[in-house]
Amino acid sequence: MKRLEIKDIEKCVGCGLCMFACSRKFASHPEIGNSSSAILPVSLSGFERGATVIFCKACSEPPCAQVCPTGALKPKKGGGVVYIERLCIGCKYCVEACTLNAIFEREDGKIAVCIHCGYCVNYCPHGVLEYREVKT
Amino acid sequence: MRDSVLIIDLNDYTYEIQSRPDLFEKWIGGTGVAVQLLREHMDPKADPLGEENVIVFATGPFTPAYPLASKTVAMFKSPLTGNLGESHAGGRTATSIANAGYGAIVIKGASEKPVYLVIENEKVHFRDGRVLWGIEDSLIVGRIIAENESGRGIRTMMRIGGAGEKLVRYACVTTETYRHFGRLGLGAVFGSKRIKALIVRGRGKFLPSDPKRFREIYDEIYRTAIASDAMKKYHLLGTAENVIPLNELNSLPTRNLTSAKFEKAEEISGEALAEHNLGRRIACSHCPIACIHLAALRIPYENEPYFYKTIMVSYDYELIYALGSMLGVGSREGLLRLIHRVECYGLDAMSTGVCLAWATEALKRGILTRDHTIVELSFGDVDGYLKAIDYIYEQPNEFYRNLAMGVDHASDVYGGKDFALSFGGNEMPGYHTGHAAHIGFATGLRHSHLDSAGYSLDQKVTELTPQEAVDRLVAEECWRQVLSSLVVCFFARGVYKVDLISRAFEPLGVEVTEDDLVRTGEEIYREKLKLKLEMGFKPEDMRIPGRIFEIQSLRGKLDEDFIREAMNYYVRKVREMI
Ligand code: SF4
Ligand code: SF4
Ligand code: SF4
Repeated sequence: MKRLEIKDIEKCVGCGLCMFACSRKFASHPEIGNSSSAILPVSLSGFERGATVIFCKACSEPPCAQVCPTGALKPKKGGGVVYIERLCIGCKYCVEACTLNAIFEREDGKIAVCIHCGYCVNYCPHGVLEYREVKT
Repeated sequence: MRDSVLIIDLNDYTYEIQSRPDLFEKWIGGTGVAVQLLREHMDPKADPLGEENVIVFATGPFTPAYPLASKTVAMFKSPLTGNLGESHAGGRTATSIANAGYGAIVIKGASEKPVYLVIENEKVHFRDGRVLWGIEDSLIVGRIIAENESGRGIRTMMRIGGAGEKLVRYACVTTETYRHFGRLGLGAVFGSKRIKALIVRGRGKFLPSDPKRFREIYDEIYRTAIASDAMKKYHLLGTAENVIPLNELNSLPTRNLTSAKFEKAEEISGEALAEHNLGRRIACSHCPIACIHLAALRIPYENEPYFYKTIMVSYDYELIYALGSMLGVGSREGLLRLIHRVECYGLDAMSTGVCLAWATEALKRGILTRDHTIVELSFGDVDGYLKAIDYIYEQPNEFYRNLAMGVDHASDVYGGKDFALSFGGNEMPGYHTGHAAHIGFATGLRHSHLDSAGYSLDQKVTELTPQEAVDRLVAEECWRQVLSSLVVCFFARGVYKVDLISRAFEPLGVEVTEDDLVRTGEEIYREKLKLKLEMGFKPEDMRIPGRIFEIQSLRGKLDEDFIREAMNYYVRKVREMI
């Protein structure tokens, strides 16, 4: 299956285009802003020291799904999670559970998590991200 | 459209959020809206360093919808010129303010004790700033707050260094370490209000009215941007790429403009910096170009072998001019040290460089003595300048107290007016290309090269009458009001052409024709001009420094009559316009 991966983190300029792209990823209801973004480029205390781009790494035993009390997060075959928004009660246990801090709080109290759709890769101007086939 | 205005009052630590569709529908955003808000909230006769001064930050309707709408406009009364202050910065300011849900932020009053403000969606926190006050290095202030506050990646962190606290009239506000509300002294206004820092963090969403069209237009802008010349030009060498061409064109002000050619231009050029020092490139939020160039400067410790510190220093053309050629500094290491020092204190590099260049010449001519300057100042001597920058911040004697008020003021006190290079009280930018550049500095409502780009007119058009020059410059400035109301980066002006702007509004549910845009630009210009006149701007009294007529430029020696005629025509034009 295909996954969002980091190709070369040293080239990240912190532009956040990936973050804004993630908000637009659904053709039927693209959003402007960052509320639903599931990817976050951050600096190492200033971009001069480099960057980290935070997003779900698609664990095979996702702790976020384990702590979800309503079944809104379910382990996906091949790694990562499926998010069933309807079931989410906004408890944020998953936010606590993810070691990478890769679950983000939305403006409406629910969450955003990467679904590995690959949309953001098309908007990283500097080749930091890639969307590639991985063995699971 | 996003139309919320957050109004903060530091006198009683309150805030309110107003919905102002009227404002944003008529005046777009950015500059257009800021002029109106300043007019509503401030008496034009306000003391720039009094609590009655007001700061407005305004973003535009394309933030964060489209790439390159990456700037914020700050408007205030300038303590440097005593007139309208307007300064633009990138970094993460615009997207953070927009994601927090605001179109504009107004800050009134003054805090009794030092504070720092944290703004988020629908909330403002007034935080105790007493511990941070007195930390003169703005880089350190940034690090402390970064550790204390949440919102990594989605926040902007504006702050002042020691220069702002000490009310140096050309202190800047630094944001995200390497971007600045640089010009006209916003840092001193922060200082006078005892605001050490302003953090805005935002997570929000807006919905386009036409989702399909929105993604199409986005893609069009994105593709145009990454294929554009600007992308290549500014991504590769940054604005520093202008050093060599301007030098070759006899247009690079050198040693207080006693020459417009610098024999060491090569060494401090964008090419040389890229080859020897470039350490990293970074971008403003939502900008694919990434024009911010950081040099890695490795400094050995004198008495400790094999012990180095490596600091990252952001450089741009303007800094290379002001702290390089203008001071006769031709060593990259020296230049980067000077930039770093100015960065730490939070000083405007251009004003600092021009002030020091004037002081150097005045000392040489005997107008000043070592009693004034304390250190020896001579062109090319980096150590002397490093010390003098400390003194501009510390203000150990009357001379430095005066120099901290700008070159116009210092030359009023000590003389040497002819070679005090400022226009309307604002120290000159680095373009001695010809008449149009200088007319632009004099007539531009910010007295900035970015107002009307006279330097570019000088390079493109050779035969212009004074009247034509003024008309072309004012027309350009009117159009730029649209760009700075949107607020898109000026480097993207080739991308955001009038028809694209009009189309880009559509999926956001706003109908604006190309004619509407052009007309609104003119109206904003007029409104800004009116406000400036109310604040006491007298174009008929504009001082043109005599020095500019003595030195060869790209257009040869400049003609005093030409500029006088242009100014007379401008004065008449102003009367007609209002
Ligand atoms: S969100 Fe975190 S815990 Fe959940 S699958 Fe992704 S990386 Fe693993
Ligand atoms: S792969 Fe899709 S869901 Fe994941 S960060 Fe990119 S756009 Fe968002
Ligand atoms: S789009 Fe690419 S360069 Fe920009 S922040 Fe994201 S990963 Fe970094």
